[in-house]
Amino acid sequence: MAVKVHPDCRYTKSHEWVRMEGEHAYAGITDYAQTQLSDIVYVELPEPGDSFSQGEIYAVVESVKAASDCYLPVAGEIVEINEELEDTPDLVNQDCYGEGWFVRILVEDPDEVEDLMDAEEYRQFAEEAEEEGAH
Amino acid sequence: MTEPIIYELGAPGRCAARLPDLDVPRAELPPAPLLRDDLNLPEVTEGDLMRHYVHLSQMNHGVDVGFYPLGSCTMKYNPKINEDMARLPGLVETHPYQPEETVQGNLRLMYELQEALKAITGFTAVSLQPAAGAHGELAGVLMIRNYHQSRGDTQRTLMLIPDSAHGTNPATTAMAGFEMVELKSDNRGNVDLDDLRAHLSDRVAGMMLTNPNTLGLFDENILEITRLVHEAGGLMYGDGANMNALLGITKPAETGFDVMHLNLHKTFSTPHGGGGPGSGPVGASPALAEFVPGPIVYAEEALIAEDEVDAENGNGNNAADSPSEYHRGTWYSLRMPPQSIGRLKSFYGHFGVMVRAYTYIRMLGAAGLLEVTEAAVLNANYLQVILKEVYPLSYDRTCMHEFVLRGEVEEAPDIRALDISKRLIDYGMHPPTNYFPLIVPEALMIEPTETESKRTLDAFVDAMTKIAEEARTNPELLHEAPHKAPVTRLDEVRAARNLILRWQPDGE
Repeated sequence: MAVKVHPDCRYTKSHEWVRMEGEHAYAGITDYAQTQLSDIVYVELPEPGDSFSQGEIYAVVESVKAASDCYLPVAGEIVEINEELEDTPDLVNQDCYGEGWFVRILVEDPDEVEDLMDAEEYRQFAEEAEEEGAH
Repeated sequence: MTEPIIYELGAPGRCAARLPDLDVPRAELPPAPLLRDDLNLPEVTEGDLMRHYVHLSQMNHGVDVGFYPLGSCTMKYNPKINEDMARLPGLVETHPYQPEETVQGNLRLMYELQEALKAITGFTAVSLQPAAGAHGELAGVLMIRNYHQSRGDTQRTLMLIPDSAHGTNPATTAMAGFEMVELKSDNRGNVDLDDLRAHLSDRVAGMMLTNPNTLGLFDENILEITRLVHEAGGLMYGDGANMNALLGITKPAETGFDVMHLNLHKTFSTPHGGGGPGSGPVGASPALAEFVPGPIVYAEEALIAEDEVDAENGNGNNAADSPSEYHRGTWYSLRMPPQSIGRLKSFYGHFGVMVRAYTYIRMLGAAGLLEVTEAAVLNANYLQVILKEVYPLSYDRTCMHEFVLRGEVEEAPDIRALDISKRLIDYGMHPPTNYFPLIVPEALMIEPTETESKRTLDAFVDAMTKIAEEARTNPELLHEAPHKAPVTRLDEVRAARNLILRWQPDGE
């Protein structure tokens, strides 16, 4: 199965994406993550104003198969959450890089974003992960 | 649904019992806010009531109805003699508030069960308090916490948990105030030793490990794992959910565990819910023995006054050196262990469940328990060897009491573990555990238990083989399954997204 990526995003090994827009960044989970989870039924998001360090658990996503922690790709303060997800968590399945975003972050250190995988690196990483799962 | 709910069966004024006219003075009723007249209670005859619940029970699938290979749950047949013993009037008609001297028999049974579980696990102390497996886990992890605190070793806040662990392990860790650190599995399904070494430090309180793990694999490095954790000052918690694979073969205490729970409702053939509550006794090594939850039963030799007991109790005798109104015997009493984490349960745990487990252990004896494990492991390997030719097997090793296949069929890319499971219902069998452990995609976790005959195992192989064939030739049959159950495929996603937890009458 081909892994879908978004060219403007950066990616973590735990299958989150982040996309800079000015000093803010949007973050969510990747297409590979939503496929693995299958139908998402609930997304638990932090409160605006909460701050997290890089790699800290900031959200929980629940599908009919499993509940998984999500790790914030960059340190910063949450300035906005995607309130649409409360009633329509399936947006994450339909459009994980767009309408299915999780949070907007005021980024502490934009260099952290640069250290993450770019789209092509992540695509290779996710495809390897997929094969490994089937070993 | 083919059966209405009980509110829909009723009619106003219908009832199951008629009370005689009031022939005593009417009592004053409590004031209005304490009384409710808006409670909608079903009004049915006794016959309606009986038929309703018998219909519901007929829709149910249980170990008394058919094969139930639900991995990690050990759905073995529960011998009916357990029920006979649990219903003995001498046990049923006792109450936990009775004075100790009038329930010496109950206490003796609890004591002997503690001793049996100690012999089976190799631990120094056992508490029967916890009410279920996860409750036993919480007990164990709180014991580890109190142990470190009692030594002033308060910087240990991390708990190591492999990625194949039961979901209750992280939950327990969080409830006990620890921070969880996930460890990877290696490509043989063992704990990755390098990953373990990398995470060990003086901040590690302990590690929670299930052995055999949820892949049904015995960790080949168990002694090295427990040695490394101990060397770093941590303690080993054992998740005893898979004890059915070890009875009489090895003892958790001997492989380095400091504390472990047992699921009486798995390994020791007591009912899983429905027929009764669970029970998750916890056993401990010398380091943690004084921390077990209490009270637990102690036994000591004593001079017992004849009028204190109704009947001759235990191995008492009327030795000549005792005064005539006393005899020497064993006295059982409930006490709190010295550094106990305290009570986890009202009274003394689930006594009725203990009677069933005690019966099971006494009926089988040590030799019988060993055979339980041998047959459980043999049955699982029999199925694994045949079925790995039909469905992919991620970790191809001799398994213990269960194994994990991938619910994938070549040439049928749309078929998922869920479809295979739902189709099994049409063959009169309960599906295996789905989508767990998380490290195997489309996991189907199969645990046949020792109580199934070769005939049943072969019927399961036939069903699984036919389903793989149906997946290739008629995938819709699987997508729409089950066809023969009271309800067909339920929309699990919609149910989870639109939670409706209570039935409402029309128009409300």
